[in-house]
Amino acid sequence: MVGKGQTERFVSTQNASIIKNNTAALIPISMICVLGFLWALFAASQGGDPVIAPHAYMFMFAFALGIFALVYGVVEHKFVYNPYEYDDSVIRAGVIATIFWGIAGMLVGVIIASQLAFPNFMYFENLPWTNFGRLRPLHTSGVIFGFGGNALIATSFYIVQRTCRTRLAGGLWPAFVFWGYNLFLVIAGTGYLMGITDAREYAEPEWYADIWLTIVWVAYLMVFMMTLVKRKEKHIYVANWFFLSFIVTIAILHIVNNLSMPVSFFGAKSYSLFSGVQDAMTQWWYGHNAVGFFLTTGFLGMMYYFIPKRANRPVWSYKLSIVHFWTVIFIYIWAGPHHLHFTALPQWTQTMGMVFSIMLWMPSWGGMINGFMTISGAWDKFRTDPVLRLLIISVAFYGMATFEGPLMAVRVVNALSHYTDWTIGHVHAGALGWNGMVTFGAIYCMVPWLWKKKDLYSLRLVEWHFWLATVGIAFYAAAMWVSGITQGLMWRAYTDLGFLEYSFIETVKAMKPYYIIRTTGGLLYLTGMFVLTFNVYMTIKGKGDAVALDDTPAPASKPDPTAIPELVAGE
Amino acid sequence: MSNDKKIDELSGTEVTGHEWDGIEELNTPMPRWWLGIMLLTVVWSVGYVILMPGIPLLNSYTKGLLGHTDRGRVDTAITDMHEARSVYAQKLLTTDFQAVLKDPDLLDDPAVFRFALAQGKSLFGDNCETCHGARGRGFIGYPNLNDDIWLWGGSFNEIRQTITYGIRSTHDESRLSIMSAFGRDEILTREEIKSLTDHVLSLSDTTKDKSPRGATLFAQNCVSCHGENGGGSREFGAPDLTDADWLYGGSRAQIRTTIFNGRQGMMPHWNQRLSADQIVALSVYVHSLGGGE
Repeated sequence: MVGKGQTERFVSTQNASIIKNNTAALIPISMICVLGFLWALFAASQGGDPVIAPHAYMFMFAFALGIFALVYGVVEHKFVYNPYEYDDSVIRAGVIATIFWGIAGMLVGVIIASQLAFPNFMYFENLPWTNFGRLRPLHTSGVIFGFGGNALIATSFYIVQRTCRTRLAGGLWPAFVFWGYNLFLVIAGTGYLMGITDAREYAEPEWYADIWLTIVWVAYLMVFMMTLVKRKEKHIYVANWFFLSFIVTIAILHIVNNLSMPVSFFGAKSYSLFSGVQDAMTQWWYGHNAVGFFLTTGFLGMMYYFIPKRANRPVWSYKLSIVHFWTVIFIYIWAGPHHLHFTALPQWTQTMGMVFSIMLWMPSWGGMINGFMTISGAWDKFRTDPVLRLLIISVAFYGMATFEGPLMAVRVVNALSHYTDWTIGHVHAGALGWNGMVTFGAIYCMVPWLWKKKDLYSLRLVEWHFWLATVGIAFYAAAMWVSGITQGLMWRAYTDLGFLEYSFIETVKAMKPYYIIRTTGGLLYLTGMFVLTFNVYMTIKGKGDAVALDDTPAPASKPDPTAIPELVAGE
Repeated sequence: MSNDKKIDELSGTEVTGHEWDGIEELNTPMPRWWLGIMLLTVVWSVGYVILMPGIPLLNSYTKGLLGHTDRGRVDTAITDMHEARSVYAQKLLTTDFQAVLKDPDLLDDPAVFRFALAQGKSLFGDNCETCHGARGRGFIGYPNLNDDIWLWGGSFNEIRQTITYGIRSTHDESRLSIMSAFGRDEILTREEIKSLTDHVLSLSDTTKDKSPRGATLFAQNCVSCHGENGGGSREFGAPDLTDADWLYGGSRAQIRTTIFNGRQGMMPHWNQRLSADQIVALSVYVHSLGGGE
């Protein structure tokens, strides 16, 4: 089915009749742009409060640009497409956006890590923008939603097309999803710097940004689902199940967690619908499942495509993939209360959070087992292919983090670990090790395929990236484990007379060496990100081993990765 | 599932017969150990929910067979702590530390003093170090408590008074005085402030040039609190300007800023946050840091 060859495709693209117009989504998208522009115009002129104006102007600019792009596209006949090819333009843009946000988010991460080690770093008396409090959400949103989110959108669009053997549904809608999502990221990030926040961790953007994300996300869900509906394969591949659970659940989490009442419909500030412990529980139901469905199931979708594809091996166990999928999504959603152990949350709720976390251990590990076992029989590639090694190591970190998570959810362990740097270490072992590395692996796989190159510019640079990232994580995680446990033990140390042994400031002082090590680890990881950027840039430019596929006769093992196989075969 | 049972050569396992973009799936059964541990965690969880508070009901929740409650345990622990400390707490209130700290022989039970120091150190770490620094060594704007320079007095009773009611706090009994913002409020001109700064600098450093105009301005505006020679006054919490110790810095620029904008350093009153015996213990500790009078 694959490898039917370059020439056939070449012939078929010569046929003008296959160039189709792609304008079905023009009217709804332009209506969204016009309505958005009008709201922004009112917000800029009415000005419910002084901080909304910059955002209103940004929205106006973005929507005006959108309308211009639509008009330009229609007039200049840009909205045509070749039905024999996958819709990859939005994925190429997504890969570049992933790298951009990755660098931005990780750079801010290194800055705030330095601020923790050296509190006066980038402190300016009259400039609140560079304060830790404003930069921290920029870091978390930058890496989770900027880097991770763009990676998820790009890979899900890539994978759903290939595994359904059909173009993305919706014509211009996928582009709307990509640009709309990145507009949300810009609004969110600039908002944090200006001090616009609703103070919900990992969901800081205010109500108007939330509404915009909801519109974009529903469009994303529709594009993904309609592509599944028009699939040419009988069954839905497991990766798509994971992606679908990610998109659906994030929509629910996002909407419920952000239910709030704006002070003015043309102002920035809003107040949460919930209060007290219900509000805290809602936030951590969201926060925990953002980890579960954004950073776990979404990225498992990535893993389930790129590992078998790169290793050229079948997925190890179909049954395991089905059972661990359903158990993960059923159990994950209940485990949120473990973030609120020993708080005002009723104890029965804490119990529920804890037991569901314990029961989550094996379902999570199902993905690790399937990932590892899939390359059994191809272990030699682990040595020779650094891209596959990145993918496999990411699964190892996934396994480590999903063991550590349930462990830390046990109340007696949590009594020591809660509020300490151990949590930060845990999160970063997962984020840098699992999400970061699986994304790097996916980028290294996709870039030559998307830009139709024979290979990456340099596998040696991938090797360098692998080691920079691995050593960086080792520094980071080890430092945070030691500092976290030290902190926990110092906080609970009592004297003979029953008084606290250490004051808080003494525990802060004791953390300094670990914070310096952590910053070093982050810097190494960021350096690896720059290596990736250079490698991707040179690959796109067609340097080194990245010879353009069009320039070489396609061997049977190297089919055109952008052509839809069945259609090329003329069926 | 396909019927022709295709076998993957490398693993010898049957494939399911589906294929997506070249990816196939093996029909490997789920690992037994994986299912086994999953079952164990479920059994353990059911047991835990039965033993501990676990299942929500309409207006309450199941309390669990073990009868464990977090809040109950905290209540018990706090009660026990108060009980264990009550003897000492009582003695802290009845001991005349003003006298004892001057003459240790008056203390009949040395354990009370040790207890006061231990509790004071812990309270200081929790409440005071944020501003006064570890062990009270101070920062710009936050007095060093280790030296013998005291704005409002360094005897046990004065320290206790300061901690109890605060300085420029919201309490009615608060210690209160005002260092005016001579520049910002346009009491003096910029030129006059420059002369005054020269004069203040010369008070502690005799090598500096005297400023007759500054001396006149000092006599008109400052002596009421800082004294004729700038030696300060504890009645107003006015610092001694003739020594080398400067709460807000002794450089020309810093002194000028102090005169221009005034200084209204604030310390909260602790009598609502700490109990009377805790304040005694804290006062004893601060007194012991090195500068107690």
